[in-house]
Amino acid sequence: MATPILSLRQVNKSFGPVHVLKDVNFDAYAGKVTALVGDNGAGKSTLIKCIAGIYTPETGEFLFEGNKVTIAGPRDATALGIEIVYQDLALCDNLDIVHNMFLGREEKSGVTLNESHMESLAKKTLDGLSVRTVKSIRQKVASLSGGQRQTVAIARAVLWNSKVVILDEPTAALGVAQTEQVLKLVRQLADNGLAVIVISHNLNDVFQVADNIAAMYLGTMAAQVDKKSVSPGDVVKLITTGKSEAVSGATK
Amino acid sequence: MSEQITIEKSLRDWASRVKAGQVGALPAILGLLVLCIAFSSQSNVFLTPGNFANLLTQAAAITVIAMGLVFVLLLGEIDLSAGYAAGVCGAILVIMITEMDYAWYVALPASILIGVVLGAFIGYLVAQLRIPSFVVTLATFLAFQGLLLLLVSEGGTIRIEDPTILAVQNKNLPVAASWIFFSLTAGAYVLSGLWKFARRRKAGLVDNLFKFWLIKTAMLVSLGGLATLALTVERSNNPDLVSLRGIPYVVPVILVLLVGATFVLTRTSFGLHLYAVGGNAEAARRAGINVRMVRISAFMICSGFAAVAGMIFVSRANSISPTTGGSSTLLYAVGAAVIGGTSLFGGKGKVSDAILGGLVVAVIDNGMALLGYPAGIKFMVTGGVLLLSASIDAFSRRGATAT
Repeated sequence: MATPILSLRQVNKSFGPVHVLKDVNFDAYAGKVTALVGDNGAGKSTLIKCIAGIYTPETGEFLFEGNKVTIAGPRDATALGIEIVYQDLALCDNLDIVHNMFLGREEKSGVTLNESHMESLAKKTLDGLSVRTVKSIRQKVASLSGGQRQTVAIARAVLWNSKVVILDEPTAALGVAQTEQVLKLVRQLADNGLAVIVISHNLNDVFQVADNIAAMYLGTMAAQVDKKSVSPGDVVKLITTGKSEAVSGATK
Repeated sequence: MSEQITIEKSLRDWASRVKAGQVGALPAILGLLVLCIAFSSQSNVFLTPGNFANLLTQAAAITVIAMGLVFVLLLGEIDLSAGYAAGVCGAILVIMITEMDYAWYVALPASILIGVVLGAFIGYLVAQLRIPSFVVTLATFLAFQGLLLLLVSEGGTIRIEDPTILAVQNKNLPVAASWIFFSLTAGAYVLSGLWKFARRRKAGLVDNLFKFWLIKTAMLVSLGGLATLALTVERSNNPDLVSLRGIPYVVPVILVLLVGATFVLTRTSFGLHLYAVGGNAEAARRAGINVRMVRISAFMICSGFAAVAGMIFVSRANSISPTTGGSSTLLYAVGAAVIGGTSLFGGKGKVSDAILGGLVVAVIDNGMALLGYPAGIKFMVTGGVLLLSASIDAFSRRGATAT
């Protein structure tokens, strides 16, 4: 396989006496969707928050595009081009799509907001994601459906020429048709050359969209494998027991 | 043909927005219209130019407090002490001019600065210590009332004789200047609108709101022209003795505040952040917005506006008293902001709403007094109108989230 754009080596993180991440290795590749699966409490969210700079791991190495980096805070992660889309999306209902996408990083000319520039950039980004479901990008987010909101949150993450986009349970709250729509969008992101990391509980979604599956078990990385080499049953075994005969040499 | 379609389409867009709960200023405009028709049919004084000028000066102080309150209400917070903040700042203005012989142009900025400092104190307690603004400003409401009492001394009033301060509420722009003022304002409004559309077109963004904007602008400009016409008619009972014509000075004062505040709210990133914090504070924080600073600034702006309102109170009464800015002032101001369409839940509202709402409150006050209703009825009607607009707000929120 090609060199990963983002690579974590031997990462450890504890909260007081609780050892949440134990020597975790994790890779994400440009142009690929990497699914991060695991049961509740396996350490998925902690791992993601370490990547996003919200937590700082005690030990371990971060390699970004082959270079060793330190991520001390969310700003460092953003500067590297790592964006995270939270499960609650963190959108302001009372603002329109454009303002939500640029919130906190508005384009300005002098002291005033450069509305037309922001609007064209937002439009370009949404068009680039082949999003044609929103009527007007000046409508308030409050009037959007769940799938459309997810789309806006994802579009916000890719607006900044980001290289790695992390999606936390993007389809958890969606119906069938909207899930399909969002998965298509996730695929599109990877096809546009981004490294996409998706946390999901839904193995159907994982097998539909992912190239790569990383399964966590009780704070360890049970295995990170190519999707084609495993069956859903193997992944379930990895999630519930931490090992599977089909995955040779992956367990530690 | 195609033009008709775009008008129809923009009207339909607008209708669907209303149905979706984004009613905006519509209820306040309708209410104002109904009230004006009702009062003018009952009283032959109500629609005279003299009463119209009177109405504007009556509404001025409460409107200015309401404009400042919009900033705080946008965050979903409240400032109960804005009325007495106006009183305290007014007292400082009068004391500096009358007792300490400062010029108005020193005293007025000083009193506004003190208002801003009072707001910073409230804002710090709310944003840093996270004490609910209701409690903080209830405390400062009492404290400012006491401070005002100490400054003015019980039972006493301090007169002010500074001609500039008194002119704000008692003098008018000359007739020619009134028309120049109207033309400049209308011209600037039209040009800024056209410029916005031109810029959008240059950026390749199409929209069908242009026709809608034309209609709205034509209506606003003709209304402004009518108002100017009414105000430039002689309204003195004895024109030979003293002539009363022209736009009261307080109108341009309020207009400057309106333009400034609207600019900050709609054209700057600070304004956008204010709406964002009011809509979803956690999302704003994650987007890297300094939520604490936004909160503190909103309270500073609110009390700064209250200080200007204090000057307007002083100008109207020619003096400061321990009750200036007290009794129902603050409640009327909150009422004005809410009646105009500002949501108490935060995230929704405009400064121009406060002006509409202030006019509604003043029209009720003025009209019912003209018809000879006792104060008791007046309060009850104002309460009813406030309740009505609060229910419209609540219903519109439900309509907006139902989709």
